[in-house]
Parts: sequence; C-alpha cells; structure tokens
Amino acid sequence: MNALISTAVFGIVLMFTGLFVKNRQHIKYYAVAGTIIAFIANWFDAQLVTNGTVILHNMVEVSKFSVLFNAVAIATTFLYFVLCGSAFEKAGDDVADYFALVFFILSGITLSGSFNNLLMLFLAIEIISIPQYILAGVDKKNLKSNEASLKYFLMGSFTTGILLMGIALVYGATGTFNIREMGLGTGDLSPLALCGVILLGFALAFKVSAAPFHFWTPDVYDGSPSVFTAFMATVVKAASFIAFMRLFHVSFAGGNLSAHWQLIIALITATTLLIGNFTAVFQQSVKRMLAYSSIAQAGFMLFAVVAMNEMAMQGIILYAAAYSIATIGIFAIMLKLKDYTFEGYNGLARKHPLLAVVNTIFLLSLAGIPLTAGFFAKYFVLSAAVQQGQLLWLVILAVLCAAVSAYYYFRVIIAMYFKTGDAETSEPITTGFKSVLVVGAAVIILLGMFPNLLLQFL
Amino acid sequence: MLTVLLILIPLITGLITFGTKGPGAKVLSLLSSLASLVITVIAWTQFETAPDALQFTVDWIPQLGTQFNVGMDGMGLMLCLLTTISFPLIFITIFSRDYERAGAFYGLMLLSQAGLIGVFTAYDALVFYMFWELALIPVYFLCSMWGGERAVPVTFKFFVYTFTGSLLMLVGIIYIYSQTGGSFSWAIFTSNQLSAAEQSWLFWLFFVAFAIKMPVFPFHTWQPDTYEQSPTPVTMVLSGIMVKMGLFAVIRWLLPVLPKGAYMWQEAAIVLSVIGIIYASCIAIMQSDLKRLIAYSSIAHIGLMSAAIFANNEQSMQGVMVQMFNHGINIIGLWMLVEVIQNRINTKNLNEMGGIATYAPKLAITLVIVSFANIALPLTNGFIGEFLMFSGLFQYNPWFAAVAGVAVILAAVYMLRMLQKVIFGEANAQTAAIVDLKAGETFAIGVVIAVIFVLGFYPKPLLELVNTTSLLVNAINFK
Repeated sequence: MNALISTAVFGIVLMFTGLFVKNRQHIKYYAVAGTIIAFIANWFDAQLVTNGTVILHNMVEVSKFSVLFNAVAIATTFLYFVLCGSAFEKAGDDVADYFALVFFILSGITLSGSFNNLLMLFLAIEIISIPQYILAGVDKKNLKSNEASLKYFLMGSFTTGILLMGIALVYGATGTFNIREMGLGTGDLSPLALCGVILLGFALAFKVSAAPFHFWTPDVYDGSPSVFTAFMATVVKAASFIAFMRLFHVSFAGGNLSAHWQLIIALITATTLLIGNFTAVFQQSVKRMLAYSSIAQAGFMLFAVVAMNEMAMQGIILYAAAYSIATIGIFAIMLKLKDYTFEGYNGLARKHPLLAVVNTIFLLSLAGIPLTAGFFAKYFVLSAAVQQGQLLWLVILAVLCAAVSAYYYFRVIIAMYFKTGDAETSEPITTGFKSVLVVGAAVIILLGMFPNLLLQFL
Repeated sequence: MLTVLLILIPLITGLITFGTKGPGAKVLSLLSSLASLVITVIAWTQFETAPDALQFTVDWIPQLGTQFNVGMDGMGLMLCLLTTISFPLIFITIFSRDYERAGAFYGLMLLSQAGLIGVFTAYDALVFYMFWELALIPVYFLCSMWGGERAVPVTFKFFVYTFTGSLLMLVGIIYIYSQTGGSFSWAIFTSNQLSAAEQSWLFWLFFVAFAIKMPVFPFHTWQPDTYEQSPTPVTMVLSGIMVKMGLFAVIRWLLPVLPKGAYMWQEAAIVLSVIGIIYASCIAIMQSDLKRLIAYSSIAHIGLMSAAIFANNEQSMQGVMVQMFNHGINIIGLWMLVEVIQNRINTKNLNEMGGIATYAPKLAITLVIVSFANIALPLTNGFIGEFLMFSGLFQYNPWFAAVAGVAVILAAVYMLRMLQKVIFGEANAQTAAIVDLKAGETFAIGVVIAVIFVLGFYPKPLLELVNTTSLLVNAINFK
C-alpha cells in the first residue's frame, strides 16, 4: 500500500519539478531518489505482511507475493532510470513529465499485484496503459512515433471495452466484483460466466501481447522512442502478467471452468511461442528483434498462467526479475549505439569489451542458458507446467522454441565478437554507466546460481 | 572436498586468466592444469583407500530440493584423470604458439575444463545439467573466435544442435523430478517407479541429447565441420574429452535411470550406432582433408562404443569404459601431430603432403605409433578395449558384431592410407622444409606414447578402476 501511495505522490512531485528545476539533467536524480523512497516504503509493507495478508476495504490485498513483486518492479525501474534516464532528454522536451508518467505507471503496477476487486483491476490496467499511450508518442515530429501512439491508443481502448464487457458478464453471473467471493471455480458452470472469463482472458492476452493479439507490439515498440520501449517491454509487461495470474489464480481456478480457459490459454501460449520466435528470426533491427523476443518471452511467462501452482508463482517472480533486468540492460546498451541494426553491433567487443561481455550475459539469460537468472526463470515456469500435468506437448514445443530463440540472440553475440566492424556509440560511455551494467550482470549471474536469494522472500 | 577442488581450480584460475595479458596466461593455465592433475592423482589414491571421502554434498536450492552433490566412482575418476592429463598435454603442445587475446583463450579453455569435471562428478541431475551447458559455452566461443574462416556458422550449428539436445534432456529431467517427489539426486532418480510407457518416450529425450554429443548417426552432421574449423587445441578437447560426456551420460544417467526405456530401444540404438560406424568409415576413406579424416574416424570409433554400451553386458561395458580413456589419449595424440604438421606446412590437404618420413623422422615415427594405437593393434592401449567391446557385442548379437567388425578393416584402410599420403611418397618443396618435433612437442607426444604402451601391455589398473562401475551398471534390472 505504501508503495502505491509513494509512487503516486512522487509522480505528482515530479510533475512540479519540471516547473522548479531548471537543469533538466537533475530531474533524473529526483526520479532515482523517488524509486529509492518507494522501495523503502514497500519495505515497510513487507513488515506489515510477515504474518499474513492485509486487506484494505475489500479493494486491495497486500500479500507477501505482491510486496515482493513490487520490490522487483521498483528495483528494476531504479535500474532503468539509472541506465536509461539520460536518454529521456533526447526523447522530447518535457523530461519531468516523462518521469512523472513512468511513476504513474509504476503506481498502476503496484496495484496490479494486489487488487481484490475487478474494478481495481480495471483501474490498475488503465493507470498502466494511458501514460504509455502518451509516452509512445512523445517524439511528436516522428511519424512512426505518432503512428505507434495512435495504434496503441486505438487498440488499447478497444481492449478496454472488451475488458469491461468481460467484467460486466462475470458480475452478471456472480453478482460480485470481489475476486475472492466469486467462487467461479466451484459448482456449475454458467455460460455467462464462461463468456466473461474468456473476454477477460482475451483482454489480458492483448495487454501481455500474446498471439494472436500481438499485432500492435512490433509497430508500437519500434515506433516509440527506444527509451520508453525499454520500460514497456519489461516492467510493464511483467505487471500485466501478474494481474493476469492473480485474477485467474484467485477467482477462476478449479472445477469445470479451469479446463476451458486452460485449454484456451495453452493454445494461446503455443501460438505466441511459435509466432514470437519464428518472426524474431527474420528481423533486421535489434530493436524489432527485441519486440518479437518480448512476444516470445511472453509465451514462456504464459506457462505460469496456465500452470497456476506454487511453482508458477515463484517462476513468474523470477521471470519478472530476470527478464526485466536483462532487457533493460540490452536496451541501455542499444541506446548508446548509433545503429540499431545487427550490423551496428559489428565489432563492439573490440571497441568496448565490457559492454560486449555484459550484453552477452544479458542475451544468454534471455536465451535461458544455465548460470544466468533466465535459466531458472524458464526452469520454474516449465516445471510448473509439467507438475500441472497434461501439458508436456506444450513444454516440448517451448524448449524447441527456446532453441530457435538462441538463433536470434546469438546473432547479436556473433556480430559483437566475430564480425569486423566499427560499432559506433553516439555518446561516450561513462564509468558510472558501466558499473551499473556490471551490477546488473552480476545480479543476473547471482540469481542464476542462487535463485533463492529472491524466492526466500515469498 | 578434493572433488570440489578439482572443479574450483580451473574455474577460478580460468576467471583470473581472463584478466591476464601476454605470456602470463599460458603459464598460469599450465600451472593450473598441472595442479588439477596432482589433485586427481591424490583423489585416485584416496579412491583406493576411502572412496566415500570424495563425495561432497551441500544444500543448493531448497525450494527445488536440489543439492550440490558431487563425487567420484571409478568411471568418474577415470574420466577426470583423462581430462586432467589431457589439458596439460594440450597446453604443452601449444606452449610455443601465441594466440591473439591469449587471456581470453586460456581462460575459456580452463572454464571448459571446469565444466567437464563437473559433468563427470555430478550426482545431482540439475548440477549435471548446469555443468553440461557450462562445458558447451566456452567451447562455442573458442571455436568461433579462434577457428577457421567458416568457424562462425559451423560452430553456431554445433551450438544449436547441442543446445536443442540439452533442452530436450531438461524436459526429461523435469518430468522425472516431478514424478519422484522433489529431488534431483542420482540415487532417487535411479530408484524411480516410472512405467515402461513413460520410460519409452523419456528415453528419446535423453538419448537425443547424448547422441548429439557423442555423436551417433544421424545426429553427427555438426561434428566433421566443427572439428575441421576449430583451432586444434579445442578440437582436442572436443574429440578427446567432450564426446566422452555423451558416452558417460548414457552410462551414468540413461541406463540406470531409464532401464526399461533403454531395454525397449536397445536394438534401435545399436542399429544407429552400427550404421554410423560403417558410414563414417567409408567417408573417412574418401577424405582428402586430414582433419576431416580424423573427425570421421572418430565418429566410427564412438559409434562402436555407443553400440557396446547398449549391448550392456559386463564385457562390453568394461570395454567401453577403458576405451573412453584410451580413445581420448589416442585421438589427442593424433591431433597433436596434426597440429604440428598443419602448422609447419600450412596445409591439411593430404594430396599436398608426402615424404615427411625423410625430413622429420621423429614426427613420422610417432604418427605411425599413434595411428596404430588408433586402429587398436595388439600391445597398444586401443586393443584391449576394442576386444572387450567386440566380444560383448558378439554376446548380444553376432550379426551386429560382424557388421561392426568390418569397421576394423575399414579403419586400417583409412589410417594406413593417411600414413602413406602424409609420411611416405614424394616430398614437395613445403614438406621438404619441415622442422621435426621440438622439445615441448616431443615431451607431450612422448607422454601419449608412454600411456599407449603401458596400457597396451598392462591395462589392469584401468580395468580395476572401472570394474565397480561396470558391475553396478550390469546389476540394473534391464527389463
């Protein structure tokens, strides 16, 4: 709860810094301080829930899980600000507003793990989405950015409609908005409820860019200023998954209903894995490749939604951390380069060996190679699905797709190490930037060896 | 603790080596590899007196019930011995060469050593998997960065092949883990209650992973290209030690964990292996590229070992185990000489060689000896293993033994043809200028030849070392 309040308040504070702080470079420091304060505030929440969950007016439920996820989200946002914060200035003029918008998204994110009521879910999703529509279009003179913003907005509003319709149907069937009281998992299955659940599933599938609702993703990610894509593709996406899981885990699990939506989500997972991975292979720009790779990674995260057991909860937390850190790191390095195509990375290892090594660690993590956090993230979600039973075909499909994913991740590694070229950076690489990257890589390796460092808090 | 030390030494020195520049890297890695050798010898003496002391267990990820559990049985110790003998020999052979970015080169070599030792000593499926991949990644970078002109695509193919196999194995591991009640320990894996139907498909998840690594036909296509394009020291690691990972994994993980599955598919596995033997031997005969020739010969030899494993009787199993060691030593010897020849005359085309016997007699003699060991002539180390394997295969099915036996003749054909082309015949301008073996090279190849003869005359210590493991594997209820 503290995290929600502190991030919302800091969003407002940052809006005013634009008025009072003349040096735009300093705003970044306020934002970084904001994440630190939010982290500490969240830590107080953790003290509150040591003996169980705390429910506030039947609307918000603070649990160990939500607090841990908030910690991961805030920490990765901190990393994002430190690594990419200086790129905010290049995106447009209203730097303070961009930071403020990110904080508003963050407050939506903190709600997505702890909503207890469908209206709160709706609010969480909208609080996350609306600032993103704006951020996607801040590069006003760029047509692609305009297109991204408009496309995202139109598709997003459309989904909002579906989401509302789903909520309405579920409410019609159960007479309550409270997700704990719906009890859809037991008893007879009403067609109204089933339709509602399916609509909710589709709306959330859109938010996490699962196929076949993924079409907006590459264009929006590609068109938006890269610095914001980095945030959209990572922390935000993880939060949507948390909301997805929470809703289906708490209120729709069990009984006849599960068999229906699990089959649908299993099929969505399979499609997402195939489309994400195979299309990523053909991309020429690293940014677009990352957009498709985010679809592919969404396929893996969907395993947690399908499986819905203890292990899936651990897996999604680990996935959120591993995937966000690695992708933010890769974006941060990409933002420093002049050319976003694969050729732009040619010879990076010779020119900036440290950047190349760190980037390699991040890419290996995304590919799921052991001794990186990505391995255990994949391991946990796949294990969860095997434990759940009957999904072995999906697991085997997923590992074959993971092998395909090695192809496009390794293309970057090959470009950096084995191709000759002159990877040019658009600005000098500071020691501070390098040290933060190294810390990120160290966290990836530490979690790759001891995932327990994170999971013990669950 | 010795076992952990054996993993930690190359791991830590490898990481340090990354940061070193100039000749420091090669000196440090040589010292590190010698230290590992000493530790292995100490471990051997301990194995004879108190084998339990080599086990080491500590909790790793309590959520998953996985433990960092490493230890050595006879087979594990033997393969650690092979690894720790090979690395100093490799480092000595290339000591006079200066690699670009030497720190990274030697660092990666040592990391792959750590991975290999980890694979051979792991008694926990997840630990095994981690090391299995850890051994792969450094080799990927080694081949791509220091390999031939086609190294990048070729190594990438190798990587994708093995990575796909590993992932399938991972699914198998996860499935067995979910059925055995939350433990990865080898002891629990082997005492599982999986039905025959489950074992039947699980077998393929594991077998494909191991077959790619060995490689067994038709999963072998990455191998000749990779051996050809890799820098020779890396080829030595690949062919001498890394392929043994596949064989080892079948004996340690596949047969005991999935005995019913293995029983069901035993014949299919042998048929694939035997096809591989004949097919690779025939291609080897037609090769004009020295490195590819040896690569194909290696497929044939490994094919025989894999057939013998699945014949699964005491003799064949003993044969495979001693042959894992002997083949490793022989093929590393062979690659050493290839490295020398290739460096001196700058070609690996057999048609451009000849007459080396006259100008570099030491080189020629050693090549003859190692080649003879490779075709398993009596009194060389290769003989005893091959004899045991054929006899075991014969017990299983005489026809398989007969077809596989053709490989012995074919092996003699291609090895002798190779010798004839390389060391006899007319010399040309390049081969006439060849410099004979230098001191370091002579020492390294001398050690190989000493091992060849010592084990050829007196294979008993090796047989005794692996005896317990082969009995253990045979004790598994295979039906």
